Amino acid sequence: MSSSLAGFLQLGLLVVALAACYKPLGDYIARIFTSEKHLRAEKALYKTMGVEADADQRWGTYARSLLAFSLISVLFLYLIQRIQEWLPYSNGMANVSPVTAFNTAASFVTNTNWQNYSGESTMGYVTQMAGLAVQNFASAAVGIAIVVAMIRGFTRTKTDRLGNFWVDLTRVTIRLLLPMSVIGAIILTATGVVDNFSLTHTISTLAHTPQSIVGGPVASQEVIKEMGNNGGGFYNANSAHPFENPSPFSNWFEIFLILVIPFALPRAFGKLVNDNRQGYVLVAVMASLWLISVAGISYFEWQHAGPALQSAGAAMEGKEVRFGIPGSSLFAGSTTATSTGAVNSFHDSFTAFGGGIVLFNMMLGEVVPGGVGAGLYGLLMLSMLTVFVGGLMVGRTPEYLGKKIRPPEMKYAALYILATPACALTGAALSLGFKAPRSVIFNPGPHGLTEVIYAYTSMANNNGSAFAGLGTAATWYQVTGGIVMLLGRFAPEIFVLALGGSLARQQAVPASAGTLETHKPLFAGMLVGVIIILVGLTYFPALALGPFAEGLH
Amino acid sequence: MNRLPTVLRQHIAALRAILVFTVICGIIYPVVMYGVAQAAFPDQANGSVVSAGGRVVGSSLLCQEFADAKGNPLPRYFQPRASNAVSASDKAGYGCDPRFSAASNLGPNNPMLRQAVQQRRASIAKFNGVSPSQVPPDAVTSSASGLDPDISPQYADIQVNRVAIARHWPAATVRALVGKYTQGRTLGFLGEPRVDVLNLNIALDQLTS
Repeated sequence: MSSSLAGFLQLGLLVVALAACYKPLGDYIARIFTSEKHLRAEKALYKTMGVEADADQRWGTYARSLLAFSLISVLFLYLIQRIQEWLPYSNGMANVSPVTAFNTAASFVTNTNWQNYSGESTMGYVTQMAGLAVQNFASAAVGIAIVVAMIRGFTRTKTDRLGNFWVDLTRVTIRLLLPMSVIGAIILTATGVVDNFSLTHTISTLAHTPQSIVGGPVASQEVIKEMGNNGGGFYNANSAHPFENPSPFSNWFEIFLILVIPFALPRAFGKLVNDNRQGYVLVAVMASLWLISVAGISYFEWQHAGPALQSAGAAMEGKEVRFGIPGSSLFAGSTTATSTGAVNSFHDSFTAFGGGIVLFNMMLGEVVPGGVGAGLYGLLMLSMLTVFVGGLMVGRTPEYLGKKIRPPEMKYAALYILATPACALTGAALSLGFKAPRSVIFNPGPHGLTEVIYAYTSMANNNGSAFAGLGTAATWYQVTGGIVMLLGRFAPEIFVLALGGSLARQQAVPASAGTLETHKPLFAGMLVGVIIILVGLTYFPALALGPFAEGLH
Repeated sequence: MNRLPTVLRQHIAALRAILVFTVICGIIYPVVMYGVAQAAFPDQANGSVVSAGGRVVGSSLLCQEFADAKGNPLPRYFQPRASNAVSASDKAGYGCDPRFSAASNLGPNNPMLRQAVQQRRASIAKFNGVSPSQVPPDAVTSSASGLDPDISPQYADIQVNRVAIARHWPAATVRALVGKYTQGRTLGFLGEPRVDVLNLNIALDQLTS
């Protein structure tokens, strides 16, 4: 069998598996939020947390609960890193430096998981397990909680209440993320992902040279890292490391984990708004753009343009033999189209256009399918923009799912859409404006520019994958990066909640002959158009000077 | 507690929540999964360790260097891919150091990468006594993790004669062993065909003794 045919079958099996999960998982997620009853375990947790589980919150209270939880999370994670030396199983690691601890805390709490450190030479096992991995759960749960609060804005009328942040957070964790992680971790361990507490020890190899073997509680962290679209690797090489991703099957399974929740959420959305067709439209848009990006990356990696790769005979630099071109391209497209950011191959060594598509995926704003929760609320924002554009064409007030999109709603949507690119481009521009941040760019020419743009695009969109080849350990990148990640996560989330609050206060309007039907292919086509035009207008100059200049060189 | 300002109450709830989540997701969950992994899949959970001659010699998932003290490759062993997992303090410059997993991060147009590829092609061709055009892509590029345990069947193939000569064996014996240790795609279509270098080299040594 040829390698490309095998690649098609691998993709085909993935699509079939995701399609099979769409209904059951989506329905299950919807039920998590429609069920009236608290589980007994959840009641105990609410009591321990000291929260009033039956209190329905206004959008402002919901947002303040989110911010309080996130602030305390950042401080807590910062603290753990700063005292890890004295914790058990520190594996000989010193306390993390203040700037790296800040950057990492901001990174994991915002679901970015940008890593300015090498896991195996910086973080002790307890820091990984009880610090970083906890945020893998919490930040993913927060994303889903926010989108559900926003959806309540559509389903509720004449109220200022959007639900309870603590209940949403706890239910997602207890009913969705934890049970799925348990199953996933067992499967990953079976494929060879390590899960132990043995400290780094030296053995003598077959040829009698010393080799240090690093272990760690990896499998339990690996599963939520992929499924929660976090992406922070236990080890520096992330999912390229054989202890994180040992085999072609584990690779396929990790890609499946990355995509399964984001692709099932439109179903949950359809269920919650009582119109499954709305979910089908969104998932169709997500799936088609994701498939196009995977096809594009695969094509350019097969072509292996660039003098170094031409000389090598294939784009195998920074790729593992067991994954090859298909397994690496599929992973790269999926990790950047969601906000995961885990890597099984190094994007810096991809072809100019292959790497360009990977970057473009993030510039789409992480909506195809995007991060858990974050992808869906991003696409809903763009949907509102689309009905607004449609409304302008026919000259009437647009509506979406029975709610009018008036100036206040459009203001929040516009702010949402502007926030992330503003963070990304300002960060990149400032970095290029100063000599010190410029001096740690590793590759020459347009590729070096792409490295900086990629870094800030990744951080602002909370992806966390690195093009690498940038000395991000410099204090400049640590501090500005941390700020960009925090702004790129919480500013949009506040706009999402504000919009949800504004929608919930409205009365539902019945659909009329002039309503743009948002469950039809026409709408899907318009939505794709809006996404592409928006991203094109925002990022075209950056893309032209980086990947295009390099690829056409 | 209700007399406290709302902002303070929210932050206290947040602190209690993060402690609760830390206990559940950060301690109970990973420790239980550790227990399950150790009970159900002890080999995999402990790093797929392999032994030879009665001692542990490494992990079948991690590459290792088959080189002398100066870092020169040993002709009697199959050689892995180039690795960037190098300890800065290691004088011999051994790759495959699991404490430093890393890729080169060199771009496709970077002259340094082109040069490295050309150098590897020349030295591998010379070492194995084959023409430079026979050296496959995975041999002249460095892996993503720096720990890639595998090489392509093509790279194994060009090493057969050199290993056979070093061991004074017929090439057919070595080739047969390579065939035995070549893994196809999982289920026929996942991943790429590959040869695990450490397992192959252990098999070579066992055949000798």
